[in-house]
Amino acid sequence: MTGKRMILGLSAFLLAAGLTSGGCHGSRGRTPFEVPEAFDTDGSFEITFWAKNDTNKAQTNIYEKAIRDFESLYPNIKVNIRLYTDYGKIYNDVITNIKTNTTPNVCITYPDHIATYLTGDNVVVPLDDLFENADYGFGGDALQYDGPAQEEVIPEFLKECILDGKHYCIPYMRSTEACYINKDYVEALGYEVPDVLTWDFIWEVSDKAAEKNADGIYALNGQNVMIPFIYKSTDNMMIQMLKQKDAGYSTPEGDVLLFNDTTEEILYTVAEHVKKGAFSTFKISSYPANFLNAGQCVFAVDSTAGSTWMGSHAPLSDISADKFVEFETVVRPVPQFSPDDPKMISQGPSICIFNKNDPQEVLASWLFAQYLLTNEVQIAYSETEGYVPVTSKAQQSDVYQEYLSREGEDAAHYDVKLQAAKLLLSNVGNTFVTPVFNGSASLRDAAGALIENVTKSVRRKQEINDAYMEKLFSDVTSLYRLDQNTGGVGEDGKKELGELPAFSGGLLIGLAAVWVLIGAVFLRRYLKSRKQHY
Amino acid sequence: MKKTIAIVLAATMIGAMCTAAFAEEEAAGVMTYDEYIAAELDSEVVVETYVQAKQSWWEDKATLYTQNEDGAIFVYDAACSEEDYEKLVEGQKIKVTGYKSEWSGEVEIVDATIEILDGNYIAETEDVTALLGKDELADHQNEKVSFKGLTVEASTDADGNEAAFLYNWDGSGSQGDDLYFNVSLDGNTYTFTVESYLCGSDTDVYKAVEALQIGDVIDMEGFLYWYEGPNPHITAVAAAA
Repeated sequence: MTGKRMILGLSAFLLAAGLTSGGCHGSRGRTPFEVPEAFDTDGSFEITFWAKNDTNKAQTNIYEKAIRDFESLYPNIKVNIRLYTDYGKIYNDVITNIKTNTTPNVCITYPDHIATYLTGDNVVVPLDDLFENADYGFGGDALQYDGPAQEEVIPEFLKECILDGKHYCIPYMRSTEACYINKDYVEALGYEVPDVLTWDFIWEVSDKAAEKNADGIYALNGQNVMIPFIYKSTDNMMIQMLKQKDAGYSTPEGDVLLFNDTTEEILYTVAEHVKKGAFSTFKISSYPANFLNAGQCVFAVDSTAGSTWMGSHAPLSDISADKFVEFETVVRPVPQFSPDDPKMISQGPSICIFNKNDPQEVLASWLFAQYLLTNEVQIAYSETEGYVPVTSKAQQSDVYQEYLSREGEDAAHYDVKLQAAKLLLSNVGNTFVTPVFNGSASLRDAAGALIENVTKSVRRKQEINDAYMEKLFSDVTSLYRLDQNTGGVGEDGKKELGELPAFSGGLLIGLAAVWVLIGAVFLRRYLKSRKQHY
Repeated sequence: MKKTIAIVLAATMIGAMCTAAFAEEEAAGVMTYDEYIAAELDSEVVVETYVQAKQSWWEDKATLYTQNEDGAIFVYDAACSEEDYEKLVEGQKIKVTGYKSEWSGEVEIVDATIEILDGNYIAETEDVTALLGKDELADHQNEKVSFKGLTVEASTDADGNEAAFLYNWDGSGSQGDDLYFNVSLDGNTYTFTVESYLCGSDTDVYKAVEALQIGDVIDMEGFLYWYEGPNPHITAVAAAA
């Protein structure tokens, strides 16, 4: 955290658009990767690994240890790590490097981003053949380490890595969102925290928490700042609300369904509660943890991977110790419309492998990528935050089970962090992901922008009515280029461009007609000259 | 008759245009700095100010430190073409129209547009060393300021290792990331930052901070950014005069 706002948030759609509209020109297509018969242990390979951490030294230490351990098992493979703290920056750099054929070998990424990388020819390696290889695949005989079998990778998480019928990545860590609650405040307002929060409950309590005394001080906390309900990732907020309502967002083919009546209804609800001072967002106010920990918030929704920042005893914090307020923190799934049928987003980093001219180098990359799924790496990394390991092998191991059993013992077993991890472990079947296609990253940004814009507009005392909604939908559609056919990624990895526009078709027909006429003139002259000769 | 009608029509048109222009000018009334400070959060503001430093440009959005003779204004993610961004040299006068906002204590203008005007002003650096640790420091938020005679203290990373500076707040970064370092004065310690978007790893200040040793006594210049309290973004470091 530390106050650095990401300036790259909007980059996805523009870069994606740039790549789609010609950004790959100049990049030479590579030969499709084929798994070599055997790994060349006499050769020397140097691979680069672009890794994302949450600005967390413990995580970078784990990456570095994993590299050292891997290199000792494979002395002919050297791994160079480049650290990132932002998925957007990795995405931008990958796209830049696709153009120059200088992609990393192994990269932490999101499936949404891979869909854009796939617009280049054979840029990303499909992993299915590698998965199944008897020697080097999951649990392969020739591996120098004890990796998971394919069936030990949690199926729901592995399924998220399928694009157009092929696996283009493997899951690395998984998280979801959680609602971190100041239980004392909820009870002070006369409520009990239910096991599953509903949206009605959240709004009702938040409205009450926003009430002020005559002197302008908030009655609940006696401070002049109170954001009863704050949401970190408003794209997730909109996506989950739509999913819970079984409303449209997009089709797997990339058709945009976001702009519908349910979306409008959600936005009117958000506007109603912003008006009462009950709701704000990270982009507008700041990190949810800063408000929650200072007693200036009742419900803070953030990733389970941010759980070490949440709560009055959070081990990590951006606010000074004197601003902390003592309260009991409880962790719940994100609010639901149907508590009996909860739905929550599945998120977290995945790993992809970029294609290279030398198949042995690609195989070396795969060996390293798969090493990141070993119990040692999985358990160590998951313990740094409220992540969960992506293999049942790690989840069911004695080491991990013991870790879970020590909730609240010390900072390493911070209770809020462990509760967040357990929340996902017990809700894997209730998680979902959104369809991935070239342009899905833009659609995600657009979903968040709708909530951000409405929230800002209400704060600016603008009227939210049908005309406003119509203009908002139009502006967001245009800004995120959702009116351009995003389309799916074809079997050959190229974007399907859809039908040729009528104007372009006419132009091509015109050009063809001109060539026909030129040909006719030449033919006529030729026949005429022949006639003159004879 | 035709002539008369033509004159009337022309006069009507000129009148309408003047009225529209006047109305436009009135709506776009430029605020004084005091009016800007007094404006409510989330209200529309219009100010004329001068670029003191450019922090970043990304996808037609610019983040700027600006200041006029009366005070400083941070402009976050204002709409700005790359061509215009190039014109925003130190001292360039601009008109900013946007919304006053606050993010973690940082008061700024967001969702803004920029108009480049004729004029130039480079603010003097104000020495605010004596205000460190005092509430009055907030009155200088975003200004070009200096701190004199501070001692570099050890920063401790997440592993407990001590260093004169850290890449990222906990030492989790590498060269190119923000630099964090601690300095003390009169027994109190403060954390300063070299913001990598404002001053990247190829700048003198970035290299100077990488070369700091614990115990060095230094003078610094920078902008008084705010994040949950003062968080100076340093642009120059030198051995104390």
